[in-house]
Amino acid sequence: MSDERQYCTFYAGNMYFGIWVREVQEVLLYQDMVRVPLASPVVRGLINLRGQIVTAIDLRRRLGLPDRPADIDPMNVVVRTDDGAVSLLVDEIGDVVEVDERTFEAAPETLTGRTRELIEGVYKLDGQLLLILDAAKTVDLPAPRREDE
Amino acid sequence: MGPHDTVSGSLMDENDEVLQEFLVESYENLDRLDQDLVALERTPDDVSTLSSIFRTIHTIKGTCGFLGFSKLEAVTHVGEGLLSRLRDRELQLDADIVSGLLQLVDAVRGMLSKIEETGSEGDGQYDALVGELGRLQSGEARPESPVVTDEVPLLGELLVTSVGLSREDVAHAVEQQAAGDNRPIGELLMDEGKLKPGELVDALQAQAEARSGVADQSIRVDVALLDKLMNLVGELVLARNRVLQFTRADSDPAFVTTSQRLNLITSELQEGVMKTRMQPVGNVWSKFPRVVRDLSLQCGKQIRIEMEGEETELDKTIIEAIKDPLTHIIRNSVDHGIETPEARVAAGKPAQGLLKLRAFHEGGQVNIEIIDDGAGVNIERVRARAVERNLLTADQATRMNDREIANLIFLPGFSTAAAITNVSGRGVGMDVVKTSIEKIGGTVDLQPRPGLGTTLRIRIPLTLAIIPALIVVTDGDRYAIPQVNLLELVRLEGQQAMAAVEYIGTTPLYRLRGNLLPLVDLREQLGLPAREGASEAMNIVVLQADDRQFGLVVEGVTDTEEIVVKPLGRQLKSIATFAGATIMGDGRLALILDVLGLAQQAKVVSETRERAGRSSAQAEESEVEGPQALVVLRVGEQTRVAVPLAAVARLEELPASTIERSGGHDVVQYRGQIMPLLHVCEALLATPAREESEILQVVVHNIGGRNVGLVVAEIVDIVEELLVVEHVGRRHGILGTTVLQGRVTDLLDVAALVSSAALELDEPLLAKGA
Repeated sequence: MSDERQYCTFYAGNMYFGIWVREVQEVLLYQDMVRVPLASPVVRGLINLRGQIVTAIDLRRRLGLPDRPADIDPMNVVVRTDDGAVSLLVDEIGDVVEVDERTFEAAPETLTGRTRELIEGVYKLDGQLLLILDAAKTVDLPAPRREDE
Repeated sequence: MGPHDTVSGSLMDENDEVLQEFLVESYENLDRLDQDLVALERTPDDVSTLSSIFRTIHTIKGTCGFLGFSKLEAVTHVGEGLLSRLRDRELQLDADIVSGLLQLVDAVRGMLSKIEETGSEGDGQYDALVGELGRLQSGEARPESPVVTDEVPLLGELLVTSVGLSREDVAHAVEQQAAGDNRPIGELLMDEGKLKPGELVDALQAQAEARSGVADQSIRVDVALLDKLMNLVGELVLARNRVLQFTRADSDPAFVTTSQRLNLITSELQEGVMKTRMQPVGNVWSKFPRVVRDLSLQCGKQIRIEMEGEETELDKTIIEAIKDPLTHIIRNSVDHGIETPEARVAAGKPAQGLLKLRAFHEGGQVNIEIIDDGAGVNIERVRARAVERNLLTADQATRMNDREIANLIFLPGFSTAAAITNVSGRGVGMDVVKTSIEKIGGTVDLQPRPGLGTTLRIRIPLTLAIIPALIVVTDGDRYAIPQVNLLELVRLEGQQAMAAVEYIGTTPLYRLRGNLLPLVDLREQLGLPAREGASEAMNIVVLQADDRQFGLVVEGVTDTEEIVVKPLGRQLKSIATFAGATIMGDGRLALILDVLGLAQQAKVVSETRERAGRSSAQAEESEVEGPQALVVLRVGEQTRVAVPLAAVARLEELPASTIERSGGHDVVQYRGQIMPLLHVCEALLATPAREESEILQVVVHNIGGRNVGLVVAEIVDIVEELLVVEHVGRRHGILGTTVLQGRVTDLLDVAALVSSAALELDEPLLAKGA
């Protein structure tokens, strides 16, 4: 079966996101992390993924959303990138869904801020919108600036 | 790690190496050729096999021509001609041709083993073979008379020299062979009763021994396999570390001894596997003299190339990866860096330019420097270009120092060459160099010396390496410090800790055996929240970064451990403080500190690596240098002067009563030596004004390893500031003037003051000044 239109889905904030299954290496429960001082706040830490060192990027922070409550442990969506695996910390993992090409639309005008920059488009599913995340852009953090607080 | 000593490889050695490589490669190719030729006889239309044979012979021909083996060249040349006609379908392969080619292979092999043994081709005659191959190539029919090879085969030669057979007998046997006798030469001679079986065995053995030279002592291994082995060893080291952790909790002697054995074997295995991948950087450099020669001729320049540290070993993948960037940098230096002989002479330099390659290990990294004594980067032109291309605002551009500006040339699409030349202006800019180096986790840094040349330094971390490291704890997290940077550990308890740390201004310092050691708090550098409450002890990790030492204050020191350096993701590459991460024995991660990066961030080493004691610099224009730590002093009523902290060994308060006179100068007995005192006020203002006080403020200043005490009115502060030096007029004893903390401050030229005061400096007792 073709996986052309299959997306691995997950939630962050109140939004429902998808990444093309071929770009996702694996999905993991909460993993112990080691923090990286001096790094951008978007980087929550490093994960030991079977001997491989993986940077964990908090998707909420990446999108400029408020932090998730302290009592909720994030889950990991590990995506493949040119530079090795990178983990996206999300609130909850959804199913792998298959979409109908005809329900695709460009990112709606109502989306704001960083979310809009990182979204390739939207699939209108029954009852909810699936925002397709550009994995490469999401893990590509803007160069840190000295002025950063 | 390799020593730093200089070995200038002689031409002999280089040629020797080339020769060895040529032999190994050729033997391998010849072995394949035998099979290929036989296979070709069965499938004469196989073009790919033919082309492969052609290439092999062609390669041998090319190389032996270069090495000056003319006979070998002649034989392979005619063989090549034959093969090329075959390949182009101008000739049909037949058994005759295959035999001819096999003879060619044998002849080549014979000459190669001669070369291996004696270094020369030997005196075998190959005219007949050349004639035969020529005949085959022209497609003529075989002449009636059989071709007699008057070449004495190696075995025959051996039989003559070692067994004592007459040359005629051997030649006769060879003739018989050529006439169609299929028996091997040894058998033939035995049958004729000229040779005893024992003698033949001896000769064959001697022959085999002679042959088992280089080729049999090395094999070729797929690099991917080595990569895999390396990764596995890395994992093994981590598993070993875990096992060792259990031995701390478990005292079962059998278990403990077994783990220790495992420990030893793992270490040896690790070392062995690492070595398989190491190659001297000279392997890449060896082609540069030629590149430089050709290019400089083309550009009408005279350039000498010097190399230092060719033996510095690097991982094979890194060697491969730096080949192209290095070539590019060198082309660039030749084309843009070094001036034409006329321009050089006009600038007061020797007509011949110097390009120097230097490699050395430092801080767990390999440094490669490409130094030229050319015109250097034209800072103003780069600055203007950067603004013109909207890479910087004019304001930003004026605020950046020379070094920052110079490094702009690594930006994509940046080129200052007024005319694009066909040497380096090929649309491949320095940005590509930078990207390739960064890809292997390295950094590129350009240190301009306007008018004097350019130093380009590539730092390549040994990302594949397994290194010993000290594990420290701060704010509950562990950090690994590469042991190469580690000098010693100092632990201060309670009261001692409070008393030991002194402040000059706001800079904390610790006196380590008389040397002032700047202290850097790891917690503060990592931007972690300040510690709550005072701690009962202080741990100072004394580290070496570049030529400077500093003390890193950490909360705890746990252990030393072998760690596997793993690179950080792209998102974290820009943090200079970290060199990577590693997995600890308990499976958790720890970040590896980059000591130089940390020191630069903490401003312990100035980024320009400006050393103390360049006091005789006579630059005319104003200089801009990187931030530098300076000790600000007051002399007289209100004159402010400064000296580099790097040159200051100690700050002392000495009672005026300790001053003695010797040789017309004031001296004090200081730490077992006689230290002359220099009254800065008097020397500078040329008046007898002196600091009048019961207690003298003395800055122990180091000049070339010797101490002189500078007597001043007050030690004001230590400041870290971008040094903009104006050379206003020429005042004795002053290097220049700068503005520090909003006040005009003179930079002392201590060397000049000392020499004019004719002070004699005692030999140093302190082996290494800070």
